[in-house]
Amino acid sequence: MLIVLFSIGFLLATGVCARLFQRTAAGSTRIGAAGAAAGCAVGFMAGLRALLDGHVESLRLPWSIPYASFFIRLDALSAFFLCLIFGISALCALYGAEYLSVERDHETGGSWFFFNALVASMAMVVLAHNAVLFLIAWEMMSLASFFLVTSEDEDPAVRQAGRSYLIATHLGTTFLFALFVLLGRSTGTLDFDGFGAAAGAPSTLLFLLAVTGFGVKAGLVPFHVWLPEAHPAAPSHVSAVMSGVMIKTGIYGLVRIVPYLGWPSVSWGGLLIGLGSLSAVWGILQALSQQDIKRLLAYSSVENIGIITMGLGVWLLGVSLGSPALSLLGLAGALLHVLNHAVFKSLLFLGAGAVVRQSGTRRLDQMGGLLKRMPWTGAAFLIGAAAVSGLPPLNGFVSEFLIYLGAYRGILSLPGASHWPFIVVIAALALVGGLAALCFTKAFGVIFLGSPRRDREVSLHEVGPWMRWPMAILAASCAFLAVAAPWTMARLWPGLLGPLNDVVITALGFSAIALALAGARFWLLSGRSVETAATWGCGYPLPTSRMQYTASSFAQPIVSLFWLPLRLPNLYEPCWRVGERFLKRFRWLQHGRVQLYVLYIMVTLIVLMVWKLG
Amino acid sequence: MIMATLHLFMALTLSPLLLGIINRTKALFAGRTGQPLLQLYYDLAKLLRKGAVYSRTTTWVFRAGPVIGLASVLMASALVPFGGRPSLLSFPGDFLVLACLLGLARFFTILAALDTGSSFEGMGASREAAFSALAEPALLLSLAAVALRSGRLSLSSMLVSPLAWGHLAPALWLVAAAVFVVLLAENARVPVDDPATHLELTMIHEVMVLDHSGPDLAFILYGAALKLWILGAVWVGIVAPFGGMNPWTGTLFALAAILGLAVFIGVIESLMARLRLSRIPPLLVGAGVCALLALLVARP
Repeated sequence: MLIVLFSIGFLLATGVCARLFQRTAAGSTRIGAAGAAAGCAVGFMAGLRALLDGHVESLRLPWSIPYASFFIRLDALSAFFLCLIFGISALCALYGAEYLSVERDHETGGSWFFFNALVASMAMVVLAHNAVLFLIAWEMMSLASFFLVTSEDEDPAVRQAGRSYLIATHLGTTFLFALFVLLGRSTGTLDFDGFGAAAGAPSTLLFLLAVTGFGVKAGLVPFHVWLPEAHPAAPSHVSAVMSGVMIKTGIYGLVRIVPYLGWPSVSWGGLLIGLGSLSAVWGILQALSQQDIKRLLAYSSVENIGIITMGLGVWLLGVSLGSPALSLLGLAGALLHVLNHAVFKSLLFLGAGAVVRQSGTRRLDQMGGLLKRMPWTGAAFLIGAAAVSGLPPLNGFVSEFLIYLGAYRGILSLPGASHWPFIVVIAALALVGGLAALCFTKAFGVIFLGSPRRDREVSLHEVGPWMRWPMAILAASCAFLAVAAPWTMARLWPGLLGPLNDVVITALGFSAIALALAGARFWLLSGRSVETAATWGCGYPLPTSRMQYTASSFAQPIVSLFWLPLRLPNLYEPCWRVGERFLKRFRWLQHGRVQLYVLYIMVTLIVLMVWKLG
Repeated sequence: MIMATLHLFMALTLSPLLLGIINRTKALFAGRTGQPLLQLYYDLAKLLRKGAVYSRTTTWVFRAGPVIGLASVLMASALVPFGGRPSLLSFPGDFLVLACLLGLARFFTILAALDTGSSFEGMGASREAAFSALAEPALLLSLAAVALRSGRLSLSSMLVSPLAWGHLAPALWLVAAAVFVVLLAENARVPVDDPATHLELTMIHEVMVLDHSGPDLAFILYGAALKLWILGAVWVGIVAPFGGMNPWTGTLFALAAILGLAVFIGVIESLMARLRLSRIPPLLVGAGVCALLALLVARP
């Protein structure tokens, strides 16, 4: 516990140092990245120990703010998320050290300050056990990530993305304020422990507030509009942390708070499954029609958050229908997918960042043939692409398998009337699996395979070791987490050892057969003539790279089939227009003079004091 | 265990025969003599003795494609029961692993096709990816109906129990229709794809493997035959469970059924033309709807 607090403090201190010593960009990068990596490494070890030991530690210090206390608790759920936050952030920091070094000439001190503050505040979010402390950490997290998103603010598109992120995240936080105020009013405390006694509160309303508030942060459809704008705008190592880790704090919030809201009704699980399947299908459809590699990855995060939410829906249905096996499969599948998605999505963002930095473009149709130029990045990206498509023997497959199995168990073990949600889960997961394979064969195939589409691509070279190694470690984790899943999951939930063991044995069997076949192929071809020639073009001898299939033509069959959902207008647009027209009347209040703003604050304070005392 | 090994051995050795039977049936309808029944065995033997020619554009992904494709289909063949006896490997949810292994094979076939940089192969890859994404829900919902009916979650126990469909026979027929459409689509048969076409623009599966040669092509052809056997065995298991029988007669009956299925596919290919590309998604979505209806009807 104290070690975790120490690492949070260390992160903040090194962030401040990086900001203070920013005379040379290299110096502040060295301080910021080394501090982040070291702080995260210490925190990761402490979190892992807490997860494996399994006992709960808490610390409560008094605080002068009413209803607030510095109450933090480290239980298994917090420790799980801490490992995730610290582990991924450490790798992204190392990657960022090289990524930012040649990136631009302007100062990097601010970037490292906010990066370290983001990691520290995420850790605080999952530790906080008091609503006030939680909201403060939550706000810090949102603001730090806002400043990171807008770090390239000379680009108007980035400013626009930052604005919509700031508005969305604060609207989401408003729902959380309402949730905690209602909970606090009915229980008389703002400590999470005390929420258990929330008798008489309208629990369905509280649940809706929680789903909206946390759903905005997680990027759940229909609260996802900010996500595909903000994640691509940030520098790639920050996109990796945001997509891999930060949006998962929304999932953490749901898992943490929902059990306090009372016995879940069947409609809660149904709602989560509905929103989850909508997010998954919508996210992957948008992803596969994208031209920009980072937008594609951001939309794929919406898809994966949908899969996780479907798992949470199965969990709640299992609880409300009294089936422990079902709720176990749902919750374990959802949390395992949180971990797996963090690993492969940050891997994919780091790979995309390497490609974008070397080639200078984010447009898929301008790349091609990069596997020969960037073999390390390409291999790592391929592993990430196979994992995100839910293919064995990698980790994405294991967690999707658990959620699938939960849905099939639900159909088998429950009476007919409650089958609908599970049917939706099966159909959505099956459709999304196939579409994800299409989306990521497109991404990998168009970027890395074939021949270069521009002259510039021909002379590209691989990135340096600081960007290569984090990708290699994440790629290895994709395989390791799949093989280790039965043992790690069985440590937390012994009931899962059986189903997962057989899956992993099959995956290992596949790997053994593949190795044997590769050996057989090598033996067959040794000593025989192996020649190279031009690609077969129906007799045409001079194919050029412009004749290749492009990203848009590859996705065309599905895009033309699903034209209706893909062309839906933005539903929030009319609301913004009405709001803007209304708020324009108050524009005279805003004139940019700081003295008057100070006066506003003074007047507000005096009015509040008069109202309170009078 | 012995029976399961025997069944696996049968799948590994007899699967190329299915394609020979399909081609013989088509030749019979067309009034030709046709190629020998064992043609694919000859082709495989010839290809395995040859060297290889690779496109200059390709990388190791192109060379890994056939190996991973065949390895995943081989692993999948150990999961499928035959003749009413359990398979070598069976556990709750094994059909999900089966579907994902087939997906893995497809993933790498598509990547190998894109690796050549040819627009024809890219076109085939794009169609394969789109159609298989639509076929996946149909397969998994059909298997959900079978699972619901049998109350079990592993293929071996789902398919071997003499299904008590009883008055729910309509559901059984819906499932059979859905899985049959998936079988045709996944194995690139008419009416989804025409393996005998002679124009690269109209092919789906065949065009993806244009650049493969030698042992690589042998791996791909053998993998395709094995995949037809796997999905054929699942289909036969759904419509004709031989669970209650003596294992030897069960095996014989199932063998007769799967060879009959090959004849049936040949008859379909002789009697109907390939569908226009824009008609294929409705066919696959229709299969999914059939599976969904079956799932609703099959409730106890």
